[in-house]
Amino acid sequence: MKIVLLLAALLFAPLSFAQSLYQQLGEQQGIETIVEEMLYQVGGDERIAHHFDGVDIMRVHKLISEQVCDLSGGPCDYSGEDMKTSHRNMGVDNADFNALVEHLIAAMEKEDVPVSAQNQLLGLLAPMHGDIVEE
Amino acid sequence: MMNKCLYGGGFLLTCVLALSPPAAAEQGARLLATGGTSSLEGSGGGGIVPWATLSSYAGEDQFGATVNLSEVSVDDFRLSVQGASLSWNNRIELSYAEQTFDLSTIGGELSQRIIGAKVRLAGNLIYGDLPQISLGLQHKKNNDYELPAAVGSKDDNGTDWYVSAAKAWLDGPFHRTWVANLTLRSSKANQLGLLGFGGDKEDSREWLAEASVAAFINRYWAVGVEYRQKPDNLSFAEEQDWKDLFVAYFPNKHVSVVGAYTDLGSIAGLNDQTGWYLSVQAAF
Repeated sequence: MKIVLLLAALLFAPLSFAQSLYQQLGEQQGIETIVEEMLYQVGGDERIAHHFDGVDIMRVHKLISEQVCDLSGGPCDYSGEDMKTSHRNMGVDNADFNALVEHLIAAMEKEDVPVSAQNQLLGLLAPMHGDIVEE
Repeated sequence: MMNKCLYGGGFLLTCVLALSPPAAAEQGARLLATGGTSSLEGSGGGGIVPWATLSSYAGEDQFGATVNLSEVSVDDFRLSVQGASLSWNNRIELSYAEQTFDLSTIGGELSQRIIGAKVRLAGNLIYGDLPQISLGLQHKKNNDYELPAAVGSKDDNGTDWYVSAAKAWLDGPFHRTWVANLTLRSSKANQLGLLGFGGDKEDSREWLAEASVAAFINRYWAVGVEYRQKPDNLSFAEEQDWKDLFVAYFPNKHVSVVGAYTDLGSIAGLNDQTGWYLSVQAAF
């Protein structure tokens, strides 16, 4: 019986160590810190800061954090509008989108998010490009 | 720089936005490494393969430029390349390269000039379902034609046409970012054109396949392989396909460095030409 338990433990050990993306991002607290850092950098980036003029940054922070939590498998349900609706007539171009991606990467690096987790999140967000950018 | 505190009280973030320093991320409309490096023939690409990507980080309505130096040192030859490129709008790339091929063992040297142009036809390297697809040409002209003529080549100049498709997967195998490029080239060039164009054995254009695959270990370092089919037009010596194994470093959007181990096969009758490739590019 002991051997069976030991084998079972060995078999499932890798699973228990494999963290979900949500966990690798630092769960709710970690995600909120990453998004805050990202928005902090956005505010200092003259390429894209103007898109946030007059915008309720606290609300943006809440919604993006919620969305990242939701996408990464966390216990959240994104409550905002879909990407197409929320970015309509904002005039976001490829350069703006890339600038935001750069700030997200920099924020994740600052928070020591492993490259593999960074890539998983970027891979989940990249498909939104088509709904956000006005070609 | 913004200088407003939109929602004064309560949440630090709103005021922090107003006070934040200039962006840590760099200028340039495209993501790090998406300009690729400079190929041996001056076009933006990998080392020996032109890619569908356009050099520099210029985005919509922007100009970008690069200059580059490359050296290939194999057993009996040494190739030195000086190149430059100009890109606009992430749409058009113009390039120029001078190649000097030092016949270290045989003695003497060959050289040629290459003018290149590339147009992005469709797609985006990173976003969307389509790969980025570009059409390009490289017009090459020998400076010294005596030796190429003596070994049976038919012309001192020629134009290569190519179509390339490139695609990046942000979250590829092993949760790493991967890039692949496939190029189909129509060419008569012997050893890039350094030994002239067309030959006594074969004097017609041929479609050649070239491919590169790279994996980014992190944002700054990539490792990859390249393969390039070659024509075989001259009867005096067999020409073989080229391959290399490379490491690329992109510390920022202004500099990239590539080191590679290359296998250039048989050149001018001297077999097993293997050695090193080193390339440095500055982008503006």
